This record gives sequence, structure tokens and C-alpha cells, in this order.
Amino acid sequence: MTGLDLLLWAVLPYVVVAVLVGGTIWRYRYDRFGWTTRSSELYESRLLRIGSPLFHFGILVVAFGHVIGLLVPEEWTTRAGLSESAYHAQAVVLGGVAGVATVAGLAILVYRRRATGPVFSATTRNDKAMYAMLVAAIAAGLTTTLVGSGAVGEQHNYRETVSVWFRSVLTLRPDVDAMTAAPAAFRVHALVAMLLFAAWPFTRLVHAFTAPVGYLFRPYIVYRSRRHSRSRTPAARRSQWATGTAQHAPAGPPHAPERTRRAAPSPGPAESPSASNGLRVERGDASNAI
Amino acid sequence: MTRPDRAPGRVMAQLAMVMNLDKCIGCHTCSVTCKQVWTNRGGVEYAWFNNVETRPGQGYPRRYQDQETWRGGWTRTRGGRLKPRSGGRLRRLLTLFANPVMPNIRDYYEPWTYDYDNLTSAPLGDDFPVARPTSLLTGEPLSIQWSANWDDNLGGGAEVCDQDPVVERMRQKAEESVRFAFEQAYMFYLPRICEHCLNPSCVASCPSGSLYKRSEDGIVLVDQDRCRGWRMCVTACPYKKIYFNHKTGKAEKCHFCYPRVEVGLPTVCSETCVGRLRYLGLVLYDADRVGEAAAVENEHDLYEAQLDLLLDPDDPRVQDAARRDGIPEDWLAAARRSPVYALAKRHRVALPLHPEFRTLPMVWYIPPLSPVVDAVAESGHDGEDVDNLFGAVDALRIPVAYLAELFSAGDPEPVRAVLRRLSAMRSYMRRVNLGDPADETIAQAAGMTGAEVTELYRLLAIAKYHDRYVVPTAHETDGPVPEAACGLDFDGGPGAYGGPFGEASGRPVPVSVETFHALKDRQTADAPADTAGPGARVNLLNWDGRGRPAGLFPPPHTQEQP
Repeated sequence: MTGLDLLLWAVLPYVVVAVLVGGTIWRYRYDRFGWTTRSSELYESRLLRIGSPLFHFGILVVAFGHVIGLLVPEEWTTRAGLSESAYHAQAVVLGGVAGVATVAGLAILVYRRRATGPVFSATTRNDKAMYAMLVAAIAAGLTTTLVGSGAVGEQHNYRETVSVWFRSVLTLRPDVDAMTAAPAAFRVHALVAMLLFAAWPFTRLVHAFTAPVGYLFRPYIVYRSRRHSRSRTPAARRSQWATGTAQHAPAGPPHAPERTRRAAPSPGPAESPSASNGLRVERGDASNAI
Repeated sequence: MTRPDRAPGRVMAQLAMVMNLDKCIGCHTCSVTCKQVWTNRGGVEYAWFNNVETRPGQGYPRRYQDQETWRGGWTRTRGGRLKPRSGGRLRRLLTLFANPVMPNIRDYYEPWTYDYDNLTSAPLGDDFPVARPTSLLTGEPLSIQWSANWDDNLGGGAEVCDQDPVVERMRQKAEESVRFAFEQAYMFYLPRICEHCLNPSCVASCPSGSLYKRSEDGIVLVDQDRCRGWRMCVTACPYKKIYFNHKTGKAEKCHFCYPRVEVGLPTVCSETCVGRLRYLGLVLYDADRVGEAAAVENEHDLYEAQLDLLLDPDDPRVQDAARRDGIPEDWLAAARRSPVYALAKRHRVALPLHPEFRTLPMVWYIPPLSPVVDAVAESGHDGEDVDNLFGAVDALRIPVAYLAELFSAGDPEPVRAVLRRLSAMRSYMRRVNLGDPADETIAQAAGMTGAEVTELYRLLAIAKYHDRYVVPTAHETDGPVPEAACGLDFDGGPGAYGGPFGEASGRPVPVSVETFHALKDRQTADAPADTAGPGARVNLLNWDGRGRPAGLFPPPHTQEQP
């Protein structure tokens, strides 16, 4: 174990986590207005409609695969009756398919970005740096899939090295030796990924952190009051959000469609304590409304 | 449809607008002043919160009314439930990565500017220098193909108007030959803003919940800090009145000039309308029955169902319910004086635009009548006699069928009734103005009384400023009126565009802060209004005309012309 190894695999991960978490919090407080996908679909949609779903669904599967591969110890799957070779076969197939879809999608998106005039004009230096890191991380990742599966060089079971190191980082006892035992491709991939995560809060990638999952559970129509909503300090905002859901349900008109049945908001939390399946009134800051 | 026995549910207030199309001369002043105030900045060059389109015509964006293509508004499922036409929750999240039916910038138009510099900097030659159009998206020279008003005044003729979705529907239904021959051509203007619907499909489609309906006044707004640019609202709005700011990556829309109406001023488009055709006022509505009204089975019943939601502000039971639901007294008083309630419900002359979209729009239109008098008069009859006018309603130059497709989901009866009332008003008031005794039978023929006709006349023809605009101020307990900041900030200002994370990052500088510093400069600087310095700029509002602040003009050219 050299000093460099110690720096890369025992210090750097924590630095990255600190930057990722701290940077995200800071960005959320400082730059909520800039927190967007910055979509370019208005300029061009033909290529986007192929490339973007390919890339996004691909990367979601890839991310899911990483969670399984890194967080689930090998003993668990073995005990569940999944042999090492069977696990790797499915990981390589699934990861390979998702990886290829991701790369194909990314290739289409990068081509589109360069070839479509307005899209290229709207590309900032920040975007270009982000794309470089993203491409590097995915390329390195695909290489590890090839290396790990034995298609190139010697087969390697990363669940005995990289995964062990990853979990050791999470438990605050970084196992540097586990990582140094991994082939170079894995280490490069991990390094590039850490670079990407450190840059994450400062790029347009932040939109992933606000994936609108809550939409599935929300009533269709959102009402918000302009009352009680003037302060811009984060503390005041938090307290608003904490108390800001006044709910009220009507008796329910007999023919009202279930999903869209709405309850109008009550003017104050003191009123109408009835149970709710209706509308949420949020007290938001209306000063940024357009 | 009215149920007098039914107690009102939760009462909510809604700021609404009526436009009297008879008076619209298509001058576009509303559009231009609105643009000057709200969208005169990068990213929304192509966006018109207010636009005036010529009907028949394709509209803006092109063919926006064709929901088979654009999938805006709601559909009623077989089970009687409402679902956004563009898909429910799950489907929306699955199409999050590429909205399948988002309009392209070319469906609006590619914004451009002109190379004005060439006019003064071109070398001396035999030809006059010209300012070529260049795209604001790419900076490349551009051949202008379309714009927001390309088909203004039937420009493009049959070639363009044939593709009006409303004309197409008329043809489908009646196999009627809609002609655009010169002698038979007709047209009128349709100014459009956001409808601030009671059942807004844009709000329903916003995955991040940034679009909301303000519970005090019903204005539909986008929280710029929560919008993540998923673009679903652009598709879901059947009126295509939500625009994607391609620089900030956020949705923007007409906000009913909320910073103005909160202090009791009319919207910019209303204030500057030279035809004085706009009316602003409150309506009270029963919020518990909105879903029910929007989901009635027959499209033709939607207009009545929507009217049925509006509550009578003079009814003591409604007033009690409104007080119970926290509507302040001055708002109740404003609701009683509301010209919108009067025109839409009491006199029933204002109709909603495309009720079949099931969003319950709150901008109402009085359909145009004008050509009928001329037409009757030309045929040698008394153009303002009520019998002649009633007979002519169906022979209008603007076909009732066309108006019905716009304002009553294709049902001609509500439109006919409105036109009869307007004709009766003309005929009745003509006798009054000529000194003849008022003829109550004329009013009765249109289902009104003489007093009602007179009131309608006062609203439509006299149309005093304080009768047209009854805008209650935001209630004091609501806290100080905030500044309109953020996306509306000045171009190139600190934090507006060009932040570290793309073009739109950072916190905006509130206008009051900017003004404070400018005023301080002015009061303390040796040279009046000289705000020069690193990054400084000249605020003409603060310039008192004395001296010439540095930065007022660009640095002089030192290069000699050859």
C-alpha cells in the first residue's frame, strides 16, 4: 500500500462525498433557479426522442446494477443459491445490454448536440466538461465489464475486490488493499466515477436529484396560497413547508371522477380538520412565479 | 342545470377576463405592450403571453387547436373520469426523457434579429447595404418562413386558412363548403392570453409540482424555483399558452400581470387596449364541483356546467359561504360589481374558448356581430330592426358554425342566443337614442328585460374604465407585495444569465437593490448619474439629463473610414 493508494482509496472517497453532499446543498440554496434539465427539445426532437430515452433508461438500469453489485455481498447471493458464474452471466448480459443502450443513446445525444445548430449554440463549457466526464466514466465502465467477464484479459470477480472496498468506505473503515487488488480498468473506472460525482452538483446533472417521483402520488391540481409566504430565508421556508399542507376534503360529489376530485384549499390550517383525499394547498414563495 | 336548492360548497374567487370581439381591431397593441413588459428578453423571444390571431387562420403556434396532434386538455374516460389527454401519471413519467408531442420552435417560429450593424459599417459601394435577418438561436443568416402573425388578416389566403383546424372540423361535420373566395371571405380577431382555467391541465401535468393555481385569485403561476424543465405543461395546455424559456430551461406563461392586479391595476393588455374591449373582474365559484362540471358527458353541456359553477355574489347564502371560506369583504364587494360575472352569467353574452378541452377556461369571449348590420342594410332593409337582425343571425358573414366551434364545442345554440341578445340591444337602444319610447318586446324577444338591456348597453357601449376593471387589491394580511424578480430580471445583470452553471444560474438581484444603489450613486457622485465603473451601466430612469454619463454611448470609433 503506497501513499498514493491511501490517498486515492481512503481519502478521496470521503472528499468526493463531502463535495457531492455539500455542493448539492449549497447549490440548492444558492441556485434553485438554475436547477433544471436545460432541455433542448424545443430546438430538435427527432434525434432526442431516440437518444434520450435510450440513454436515460440505460443509465437507470446501469445505476441499479451498480447498487446490486456493490452493496450486496457475494455471500448473500451465494446463499440464495445463485452461483458466482450464474451471477456474473446475468450481470454481464444485463449490464452489457444496458451499457450498450446507454452508449448508443449518449452517442446519438452527443452527435445531436454537435450537429444541430441551436443545440450546439446552447452548449456551455460546463456542459462540455460534463459530457467528457460522463463519456469517460461510461467508457471505463464498459471496459470493466469486458475485463471482468474475461472477454479481454483474465476474468476478475470484482465482488471480491471493488465491492468490498466500496462497502468498507461506507462503514468508514476503508479497505485500501481490496481496491489495489483490482485490475487497473476497475481502478480507472472508480476514479473517473469519483471525479464525475464530485462535479455532479455543479453541472446540469443535478436534475437527477429532483426526479419527480412524487408526481405519482399527488392530486392533479395544485393550489397554493400567496399568504404566509414572503420570507426568503431557508429557515422560514422550511417552517412553511413543515406546516404548509392544509388539507380539506369535500363530501365528494357523487359523479366526481376519483382522480380529479378536488377539495378546495382551506384558508388557514385552523379550519376544516376533516380527513383528506383532496387537494393540497402549499404555501410557497410566489415571488418567483411567472 | 341550475340547482337553486343546492348549498354552495367551498367558495373560491377567480380573477377572470372578458373580451368583446366586436371591438377588436387587430392592432396588436396588447401583444406588443405585454411583450415589452414581460418577454422582452433572451430565451422567450418567440413567446407571446398575449397574441392576437386572425380567425380563420392557423393560430399561434400553428394549428394549436388540433388536439389529435397536440394532445392538450383533458379527455373523459369511459368510466366518466377525467384524464389529461397526453396521458396519466405513469405514462407521463415514462415519457419524461423525451416528450413525444412537444411543439418544435418552428411550430411557433424561429426568432430572429437583423444585422443592423451592416447598415452603418458596410463599405461604400453601388448598392444600398441591407440588414439581413439572422437567427437568434444560432446566429446564422436565416430565411424567414413564419412568425407569430404570418397569417394576419387572412395573409396567405386559402393556402393557409384551409389548414385552420376549426375550418377542418366544420368541413368534416357539415360537409359544408367553407370558401375563401374574396367575396365570401370573413375574418375576425381573437386575442388570446392564458385562460387561467378552473381545471388547468398544465398544472395537472407538471411532474415537479411547480405549476399551481393561486388559491386567493385563481391565477395559474409557475414557481420558477421549482420548475425543472420537464416540459410536460407545454404539451398539456390545449391553448399552448405555456412557453419553454430555452435559455433558462424553465416554463413561463401569462401570469395575469399579478404584480399589477395585486395592487388593483388592470393587466397590461387590458390597460393598453385601444379598443377597450377587455373586462376584468372576480367570479366566485364552487370549487367542490369543478371536477364534476369538467367531466359532464356531452361536450355541448360543458358551457352550461361551467356557468353553473359561477355563484351569484348577491345571494346571501353564497356570501355567507364565501365569508366562511375566508374571502374578504372587499373582494365580495368587487365580486358583486364584477363585469365578468355580469357578462358571462347574468347577461349570458360571453362564452368560453373551446370548452370541449374541459379545462373550464376563465377568459370569456363575446362573439362578434358587427358585419350583420351592414349586411342587412345593404340588402335595403333597416339594419337595426330587430326582426331583420334576428333573421340575419344565421346568415352572418361569419358563420355561426365557425363561432360555435370556437366557443361552444360546436353547438350553435349558445352562439345564436348571444348574437340575438346583442342584436336586441342594438335595436332597443336605437329607439331610446332616437327618442322613441322604449320597446319592451324587443328585449323580451331575446329573453331579457329593458333594464337588463340598458345595463348591458352601459357595460358594452359606454364601458367606463371603472366598470370595465373591477380589480380588488390583494388583502393586507397577505403581506407585502413581492417584487417580480428572477426570470424577469434584466439581461446581463448579475445573477440573471451567465452564472457559473449555465446561462441561468444564481440568485437574481432584486430590483429594489439595484435601484437603491443607482439612487445612492446619483445622490453621492460628483457627476450626476455617472454610474460608470467596472460593470456599471446607465439606468436611464435615474439619469436626470445633466451631463453625459460614461457608458451612455458606446466608445467612439477611432478607425478611419477608408
